[in-house]
Amino acid sequence: MDPQKHISSAFDQDLTILNDSLQQLGQLACQQFEAAIDGLAMQSQEKLDAIIKGDAALDALEAEIHEKAIEVITIRSPRAQDLRHVLVALKVATILERMGDYARNIANRTKVIMAAGNDNIPGVNIGQMGQVTREMVRDAMLSYKNQDASLALEVWRRDIEVDHMHTTFYKEVLASMSRNPKMVATGAHLLFIAKNIERIGDYATGIAEQVHFLVEGAIPDKDRPKADKTSKIAGT
Amino acid sequence: MNSVLDTAPTIKIQAKNVTVFYGEKQALDDVNIDIEDRSVTAFIGPSGCGKSTFLRCFNRMNDVIPNCRVEGSLVMGEVDINNPQVDPVLLRARIGMVFQKPNPFPKTIFENVAYGLRIHGLAQNRGELDDMVEDSLKKAGLWTEVADRLQDHATGLSGGQQQRLCIARAIAVGPDVLLMDEPCSALDPIATSVIEELISELQQRFTILIVTHSMQQAARVSQKTAYFHLGTLVEYGDTKEVFTRPQNEQTEAYISGKIG
Repeated sequence: MDPQKHISSAFDQDLTILNDSLQQLGQLACQQFEAAIDGLAMQSQEKLDAIIKGDAALDALEAEIHEKAIEVITIRSPRAQDLRHVLVALKVATILERMGDYARNIANRTKVIMAAGNDNIPGVNIGQMGQVTREMVRDAMLSYKNQDASLALEVWRRDIEVDHMHTTFYKEVLASMSRNPKMVATGAHLLFIAKNIERIGDYATGIAEQVHFLVEGAIPDKDRPKADKTSKIAGT
Repeated sequence: MNSVLDTAPTIKIQAKNVTVFYGEKQALDDVNIDIEDRSVTAFIGPSGCGKSTFLRCFNRMNDVIPNCRVEGSLVMGEVDINNPQVDPVLLRARIGMVFQKPNPFPKTIFENVAYGLRIHGLAQNRGELDDMVEDSLKKAGLWTEVADRLQDHATGLSGGQQQRLCIARAIAVGPDVLLMDEPCSALDPIATSVIEELISELQQRFTILIVTHSMQQAARVSQKTAYFHLGTLVEYGDTKEVFTRPQNEQTEAYISGKIG
């Protein structure tokens, strides 16, 4: 008998369904986020509308995962790593759904910026922050797929990069808003967009923590390095 | 320093190098385990793993099995239970046992509990006997259901009530330890819940060892869990840890339903 398989093949099937659904949700969340970053850079109305419309699919898939997880807990009474598998699916599904919400929010705010027709958007590199964050999300989901606690830890440590970029970006947008009062509305939306990206970085580390818990039975035992100083910035 | 000593668990029974043979066949191999006082310890493992054999070592029930040989020691206080000089009848008053199937005597409810008290001469008079029977039935959570029909035949009780009667019978003679060999396997879920609740209450007064095939029951009622496989103690630890983060792959496979 294969020691990796349950005596009940239906139990294995349930866990496979849960696993596949979560990876599908992860893929959708990554696509939504990447499209939001691209939509911001390209200011593509079509792309932005697709993101807003596409969010419902993430909500539906998250609900499916929750339902399946409850079913597995009720019927199979999972224990040890099986239980962690189900708990992690529940938690990561919620995280991915929230990522989708942030992607939609970025799309909505980008549309407002576009409608304002303000060509004078601060010339700061929000794209780079988006790039690092999207890599973190991809790697976090890859670490889940391969149950790779080492890769999860790399993602977990990498969040500090996004924090640094967020702090820099925040200062630059604030300075731009001070120089040009017409930029205040656009600048405010940009600050929220940057904050959304920074939060998605946090969520990627949240997924990484869950992967570590899944594989090792415990979340990483050290404090996560953080460098987001924006809450301490008083003015320019 | 004192607080650390105060909170350290007291060891009730220390099993050392326990090995059991049925004729030529070895059923248990060098089991070492410390049983904590006033706690519930669950023995789990697939059929034939030796868990019931080990349980029976604690009150010398293996003595009645022909060709069974128990080596090693099980020390309670300063007495080795496995010492042939220990009287098994007296031992079984101190270490009571409840079996898989409720087995009340074909007597009245009252007599089932009074029987052990009489043969051990534990009651001085009828009034004291009545009080002790009542006390045992209360401790077993059965008193309110049988108080007005103590002279009824015990076999008229439901399965769950019969099992609690057997628990009352076992605790009537004042044991320190209760052995339970799959005590709920013949009971419905409601009667099982009642027995599990009772186990939690009894744990305040007794050290309880329970063999169960129900993982959930072991997880619900015990503080310590021992996993046996092919006559070997594979893992022993806090129940919470064994069921969430087992240290041994065999334990993980068993509790996850990957080996039978």
